[in-house]
Amino acid sequence: MRRGRFTGYWLMLPAGLWLALFFVIPFYSLLATSLFDPKGSVLTGYDVDYRFANFVDALDQFWEPLFRSLWYAGVATAICLVLGYVLAYAIAFKAGRWRTLLLVLVIAPFFTSFLVRTLSWKLILADDGFVVDTLQFLQLLGDDGRLLATPVAVIAGLVYNFLPFMVLPLYASLEKIDARLVEAASDLYASPSRGFLKVTLPLSKPGVVAGTLLTFIPAAGDYINAALLGSPNQRMVGNVIQNLFTSTGDYATAGALSVILMAIIVAMVMVYIRTAGTEELV
Amino acid sequence: MSLAADNGRSLRLTALTKEFATFTAVRSLDLEVPAGTFFALLGPSGCGKTTTLRMVAGLEVPTSGTIHLGDDEITYEKPYRRPVNTVFQNYALFPHLDIHENVAFGLRRRKVKDVDQQVKEMLALVELESQAKKKPPQMSGGQQQRVALARALINRPEVLLLDEPLGALDLKLRRSMQIELKRIQTEVGLTFVHVTHDQEEAMTMADTIAVMNGGVIEQMGSPAELYENPRTTFVANFLGQSNLIPGSVTSAEGDVVRVDMHGTQVSIPADRAHTRSGDGWVGIRPEKVLIAPAGEPIDAPGNHMTGGVITDVSFVGVSTQYLVMMPWGQELMAFEQNTGRRAVLDKGTKVDVSWRPEFAFLLPASQDVNAGVLEEV
Repeated sequence: MRRGRFTGYWLMLPAGLWLALFFVIPFYSLLATSLFDPKGSVLTGYDVDYRFANFVDALDQFWEPLFRSLWYAGVATAICLVLGYVLAYAIAFKAGRWRTLLLVLVIAPFFTSFLVRTLSWKLILADDGFVVDTLQFLQLLGDDGRLLATPVAVIAGLVYNFLPFMVLPLYASLEKIDARLVEAASDLYASPSRGFLKVTLPLSKPGVVAGTLLTFIPAAGDYINAALLGSPNQRMVGNVIQNLFTSTGDYATAGALSVILMAIIVAMVMVYIRTAGTEELV
Repeated sequence: MSLAADNGRSLRLTALTKEFATFTAVRSLDLEVPAGTFFALLGPSGCGKTTTLRMVAGLEVPTSGTIHLGDDEITYEKPYRRPVNTVFQNYALFPHLDIHENVAFGLRRRKVKDVDQQVKEMLALVELESQAKKKPPQMSGGQQQRVALARALINRPEVLLLDEPLGALDLKLRRSMQIELKRIQTEVGLTFVHVTHDQEEAMTMADTIAVMNGGVIEQMGSPAELYENPRTTFVANFLGQSNLIPGSVTSAEGDVVRVDMHGTQVSIPADRAHTRSGDGWVGIRPEKVLIAPAGEPIDAPGNHMTGGVITDVSFVGVSTQYLVMMPWGQELMAFEQNTGRRAVLDKGTKVDVSWRPEFAFLLPASQDVNAGVLEEV
């Protein structure tokens, strides 16, 4: 069969359409919104007047929740990495015939809505709930101390909600590691801990990179956890954007803030992938 | 370059046993490997040879029995504390490290000084100096095999374990690596324990071979000893090929055991007769069997039989392999060197068969005549 000059382009068409529909058009719309004249309103309509000062205004007003989002997401990702690694390691190497069941249990929370699960954390962390009671009994929390409306509650919610996104890629890369490599390390004078650090951990790096990205990116943009488990003091950038869009009707600032968040995350991810250097593996 | 420890110590396994949930892999194995020798554990898959090797490496804990290096017991020593290294089947090279770092791995874990210099020398020994910066997946099977060898050897283990190290290579490369491995072993003077199912590989390289079957050692000795004087039908069939002919002992006096074999009296030296009464299998290797057209003289006085008919002839270059149907209904194999002294005999030719008595051996009839016969693949 003779291949036409344009065959390659035709083959790219489905992917191209998909990208246009789900990425380029929404992104263009968001970018346009961020350059609206903020004097407009839903009633009077908006003008695109390329007002780049929107970005300066947004940063000036909302740098604090923006920074807080990155901070909370970073802490939650670190906690997820530790918990998720232990869990994924146990499932991959120690679970034996329980492996499938444990994997199903990791995914099981997705059978219920994100919102419902987060609401139930409100009950778990409630002021007269057993967690607070226990912590107060152990003197880890003052008598009038509470968990709800604190950073602890918001980060706990983020960890809970995004843990499966950490566990699954970690499991996938750990499970692929040839057990004989670990035996070889042990044969070559590596104690179990050295063997883990020198062989298992480096070989699971693709899973670590994928898991941290899949956790950090949605966590940084999340607003449900802060809305349900936090107070205005724990307001994240997602809450601000949601509020600007739906209550205040300040589309221009909301758009600008969204673009800023996106740009920061893309920049961070690029630096991260460059330093982690995963392309050499697998 | 000699890597051998000055005080080379022998490896000794005593009553070593390994039971898994559903079967016993190794049964009360006794074995001594003298320092500096090339020792082969030879057997079919599932015979327990790899399990034995893994127990020596410390990767498997024995159910009972002991492992000693010289006077030190290492039965329950952790693998990373044993002066023993392994060349794994399929090599198990670290894919995330380059060749240099793969070879350096053991030295770095033991915080040895001057690692880079030693790695360079070791890579020179296996002729891979120029490949140091490559990663294992970029190398051919033969190169990976040499890296695996270098990675183990550089640690100067007292015992080097090789688990089917050449199994993944093609035939030609395997033959040249056999010679290479033997050269390196002679050069470094370490004790090598080599596990294989390939009898030719074991015979080419090993000073001593232990033939394993069903978790026990059937026979141990030099390749020539095992081949020329097998003690069991398994060894007779697994190591090369044998004609095993049923017979019964008629007399056993002094140095000679006489056997009645379908009416023909044959004699067997007493030190090659592994039973001295009752029924037995008379064994003779195919290349020791001489044939000649009926009535013509054969230059092998001793055991002489008439009435054979050639039923199959295969010309394989260095030799011609005949199948001869004997009057008692058994086909015997006879391999003749193609020296050119005589034309190849045709199928259907009536022949006489003979062999010199000192080449025959006698095994107890209780043993399975088909044990160790390779399945047709």
